[in-house]
Amino acid sequence: MRKETKLIFEKSVTGRRGYQLPPLDTPAVDLATVLPVEMLRSKPPGLPEISEVDAIRHFTGLSQRNYGVDAGFYPLGSCTMKYNPKINEDVSRLVGFTNSHPYQPEAVSQGSLELLYRLDGLLSEITGMARTSLIPAAGAHGELAGIMAIKAYHRHNGQQHRNKFLITDSAHGTNPATAAAAGYETIEIKSNERGGVDLDELRRLMSSDVAGLMLTNPNTLGLFEKDIVEIAAIVHGEGGLLYYDGANANAIMGITRPGDMGFDVVHLNLHKSFSTPHGGGGPGAGPIGVKERLVPFLPCPMVEFDGTKYYFDFNRPLSVGRIKNFYGHFLVLVRAYAYILSMGPDGLRQASETAVLNANYMLNKLRERYDVAYDRICMHEFVLSGQRQKAQGCSTLDIAKRLLDYGFHPPTVYFPMIVKEAIMVEPVETEPVEVLDTFIAAMLKIADEVETNPALVKSAPHTTVVGRLDEVKAARQPVLRYTGH
Amino acid sequence: MNIPTELLYSKDHEWVRVEGDIAYIGITDYAQSSLGDIVFIEMPALGSTVRMGGTFGVIESVKAASDLFCPVSGTVVNVNPTLEENPGLLNSDSYANWIMAVNLEDKAELAGLLDALAYKNTLK
Amino acid sequence: MHRYIPNTDEQRKSMLTSLGMQNIEDLFVEIPDQIRLKRPLDVPKSHSELELLAHIGALSQKNLGATNYTCFLGAGAYDHYGPSIINHMLLRQEFFTAYTPYQPEVSQGTLQAIFEFQTMMCELTGLDVSNASVYDGATALAEAAMMASNATRRSEVVVSGTIHPEHRAVLETYGCTRDMAIKMVPHKEGTVDMEALRAAVTPSTAAVILQSPNFFGIIEDLGAAASIAHEAGALMIASVDPISLGILKSPGELGVDIAVGDGQPLGVPLSFGGPYVGFMAATQKLLRNMPGRIVGLTNDSEGQRAYVLTMQTREQHIRREKATSNICTNNALVGLATTIYLSVMGKAGLREVAEQCVSKSRYAYEELIKTGQFEPAFAAPFFREFVVKSKRPVAELNQELLAHNILGGYDLGQEYPELENHWLVAVTEKRTKEEIDHLVRRAVQ
Repeated sequence: MRKETKLIFEKSVTGRRGYQLPPLDTPAVDLATVLPVEMLRSKPPGLPEISEVDAIRHFTGLSQRNYGVDAGFYPLGSCTMKYNPKINEDVSRLVGFTNSHPYQPEAVSQGSLELLYRLDGLLSEITGMARTSLIPAAGAHGELAGIMAIKAYHRHNGQQHRNKFLITDSAHGTNPATAAAAGYETIEIKSNERGGVDLDELRRLMSSDVAGLMLTNPNTLGLFEKDIVEIAAIVHGEGGLLYYDGANANAIMGITRPGDMGFDVVHLNLHKSFSTPHGGGGPGAGPIGVKERLVPFLPCPMVEFDGTKYYFDFNRPLSVGRIKNFYGHFLVLVRAYAYILSMGPDGLRQASETAVLNANYMLNKLRERYDVAYDRICMHEFVLSGQRQKAQGCSTLDIAKRLLDYGFHPPTVYFPMIVKEAIMVEPVETEPVEVLDTFIAAMLKIADEVETNPALVKSAPHTTVVGRLDEVKAARQPVLRYTGH
Repeated sequence: MNIPTELLYSKDHEWVRVEGDIAYIGITDYAQSSLGDIVFIEMPALGSTVRMGGTFGVIESVKAASDLFCPVSGTVVNVNPTLEENPGLLNSDSYANWIMAVNLEDKAELAGLLDALAYKNTLK
Repeated sequence: MHRYIPNTDEQRKSMLTSLGMQNIEDLFVEIPDQIRLKRPLDVPKSHSELELLAHIGALSQKNLGATNYTCFLGAGAYDHYGPSIINHMLLRQEFFTAYTPYQPEVSQGTLQAIFEFQTMMCELTGLDVSNASVYDGATALAEAAMMASNATRRSEVVVSGTIHPEHRAVLETYGCTRDMAIKMVPHKEGTVDMEALRAAVTPSTAAVILQSPNFFGIIEDLGAAASIAHEAGALMIASVDPISLGILKSPGELGVDIAVGDGQPLGVPLSFGGPYVGFMAATQKLLRNMPGRIVGLTNDSEGQRAYVLTMQTREQHIRREKATSNICTNNALVGLATTIYLSVMGKAGLREVAEQCVSKSRYAYEELIKTGQFEPAFAAPFFREFVVKSKRPVAELNQELLAHNILGGYDLGQEYPELENHWLVAVTEKRTKEEIDHLVRRAVQ
C-alpha cells in the first residue's frame, strides 16, 4: 500500500523543543569572551525543532517502512541473514561495557580485555588459525588488513617483488577492490565448468611474482572447492600465501576449518555466520585470523594474558600498524562472543549442517522451474539463473520485485557475475522448513505468472510503500540532501 | 542497429570520424544499447595523451561502469561539455554526440580500424 | 536441536529423504576426508541465557564502567548525554535486523534515515555532499587523504602534529599501501606551526590536514591553512568535532574541501571504543571521488518521493579493482543514533550542549589553575578540553583520582615527549559543578 512520508526537517516547528538539560550550575560564559568572534557561527546549522513525541512518531514511522529478518525470510546469498539473538542485545548493553572509556586504565578494563582475549581464542579454534585480530570494523576492512599482513610478510622475507594477487572471476567485489587498495595488480582466474578454480589455469598463472590467491570456500556459487588441498599446494609451492574470504563460513563450522584446508589468513564476517545484527548496513566486524608465521604482522594492538592480568600489547614492531582507532567494534564483538557461547560446539556444527541441508532441500524443489547454474550438491547457498524466465519476457530483477509482493525479501540478484540473470539463495539454519516451503511456493507461483501474466511481474512490486524506483534519475541528477530549509 | 557507413569503428564499440588531423570519437549505437541508461561519463583532461588500446575514460550506467578504450593515439584537444550535464544524450543519439577530439599522432593507425560492414560483422 | 535452530531431527530426516539421502554426512561428501574436522570444536559447551548472563555479567562487573564514576577523560571519546529515545528506536527490529538497503522498496526507513543523516552532516559542516558514513573518524580521515590524492593526482599530504595520534597512525598505515608521503608539521604553542605548514606545502601536496578542535582541545585556524593549501593547488581536509559545530563556524565556510570526523559525541556511548561512526562531507566538485555508500532522492513509477542507494558504480561491487575504495559497509545503526540525537536535540539543543561544554570546561580550567598546582600550558582558545601542566606526574595524579572514582584526564607525555606532566582534561555538559569541585579538591591532595 503506497504511502509517502515527510522528512524530519519538514516536520520542524519554530520554537518546538524535544530535549531538556539540567540548568547550567557553573558561571555562564559569554562565548565571545573566550572564543575569537571570527571563529563563531553566525547562522545555526539547519537542524529540526521538534518535540520528543514528534521524534518517536517520525522514527517509528520510518521503521514501519522497513523489513528486518525478525519480520521474515531474507534468503540473501552470501549475506547469512540468520536470527539475531536478543540476549546478545542485552549483554552488549551492560553498563560495564557501554560506560567503559577506551583509554581508562587496563586494571579497570579487565572484564573487556578478558572477553577480547577469549574471543580471539574461540575464533582461532573455529577457523584453525593461531591468533585472531578483532580490530577490523567490517569484512572489507579485515580483507585489507589481511592483504596488508601478507604484503608485510613478503617484504620482511625479501619478497617485495611479488606485486600480483590472484582473484577468482566469481569473487565478491571487495576482493579485487581490496587487493588494488593494498597496491597489488589483480589477475583474474577463470572458474572451470564445474564452478571451481581451474587447476591448470592456476598452475599457469601462479608464479614467483604472485603474492597469493584470494578464495572463498565454499565459493560464491555455494560450491565447495574440492581441490582445495591441491590449490594450496600449488600456491604455497611457488611461495605464495592463501587468503580466505570468510563470507561463507556458515557452511563449514565444526565440519572443516580454513586453517586445515591450507589457508594462511582468514577474515570472518561476524554479522554473517556469527549472528551480529546487520543494522541496516552496519556496524559489523571483520576479524582476521592468521597462521603462526603471520602473527607478528597483525594490526596493533593485540590482547595478551600474562598469567594474572590481561593487557594490550602495543609492542609489535612487525605489525602492519593501526587500521582503525581504538580496538575495534567492541559491542559487536560482545554479541559474537555471546553467540558462540550460546551455540557451543554442537550448536555450531548443527547450524552449518542445517544451513547446508536447507539449501539443498530448496535447490531440489526449485530446479524444475528455474535453471540451475551448476549441477552439483550445494553448500549453504545455491545459484539459480533466471534465463528461462528472461526468454519468456521477465528478468531476474522482475522476479525479485514480485517476491516483495509475497512478503519476502528477495535473494541476492545479479551476483556472482559469471552467472547470467543470477539468483543466489541462502536459507540459513534459523529458518524453519515451513518458511522454506512458503518461499518455494511463491517462487513456483511467480514462474507461473511469468508464463501467464508477465505484465504483473514486470510492474511489481504492488503492495510495498513505494513502487519501483527511478534509479537512473537518482544517478543522473543526484539530490543527496534536503535543501528546503 | 544503426551503423553509419561514413564512420570508422573499433572492436570496442567506438566510432571515429576524421577531420583533417583531428579524430572525433564516440560510442556506437550497440554500445549505448548494451549499457542501458547512461548516468555519467568520465572524460580525459584536455591536453592529456591517449594511446591506442588504452583506456580514456569510464562510462557509467546505473548498474555498471565500463572502461572506454581508445581507438587511436594522440593528444586530447577537446571533450564534449554537454555530456557532463546530460550524459543521456549518448543514449538518444550516440553518433551526433561525440565524446572527445584527438589530435592524431599517427594516421597509419586508422588503417587498423574497421569499416561499417566489418564492424557489423563483429556484432553477430 | 539448539534453541536457534527450528528444524527438528524428524524434519531434517524428512528433508534428507526428499533428497534421496539417509544421512546429513551425505551432504558433505565433496569435502576431502583429510581436512574434515574429526573432533568437536574446542569451545565451551552451549550456555543457556541464565548461564550467559552470569558469565558475561561477571565480566562486565570487572570494568570501571559498572561503577558510578565521573569521567574527565576525552582524547577522542567523550562522555556526552544521550537521550533515552535513541536506544528505544535502535532496538526496533525493523532497524537493527534489516540488511543493507539494496531493495529500496522495503528499505525506505533505513534509506530516509540515511538521507536525513547526510543532510545533517552537510548542515553541520557547511559542505555540499555527505556520504552515508564510514567506520570511524580515523578511517574517515584516511579515506579523505586518498580521495584528495585521487582528485589532485598528487601523492603527498601535509599533516599537523596536533591531530589525534591514532588518526596519524591509521593515516600512515593506509598511506603505506599507495606510497603516499606523509609530512608531519610540528605544533607551536598548542596549534599547528603555520609558518612551518606553509614551508611544507609543495606542488606535490594533495592535501593539508588539520584537526579542530585539535588533540589538545584547541581551535585551529582552518581558514589560514585552507588558503595555504589552495595557493598550492592542494585540497584542505579538516577533522572536526560535531558538538563544537553547534557554535563554531563551519569548515565549509572556512574554505575546507573535505570535512571528516567521528559522530560518537552525538549520543553514542563510550563502548570501550566502538562501534562509533565516521562522517565524510565534501564540496560538490569532489562528489565522484567520495567513497562509501550514498543515498539519493528519486521517485517511484507513480511519482511518489522515495530514497535509493545511488552512484553505486563508484563502489567495490561494481567497479571492483577500480573502485574509489574497498569499503562496503556504512555504520548505519550508529549513524541512525546520531540522526535521532540531532533531531531531538535540534538547533537549540546542540547549541546549549556546546555552550555548557564551554562554560563548564572554562570553570574547571580556572579552578584548577587557582589551586596553584596546575599551570596553563597554552594560551589559545579551547573547546570542551584543555591542557594544564601538573606539578605532579599525571600518572600518579590519575591513580589517586581513580581511588575516588574519578577518571582523570589524558597523560599527554605518553604521546608527546615534550609535554611531560601535561594533563588533557575534558569537561562535557554532563559534568556538574559539584563533580568539577570534587575533581579540583581531589587533584590537590
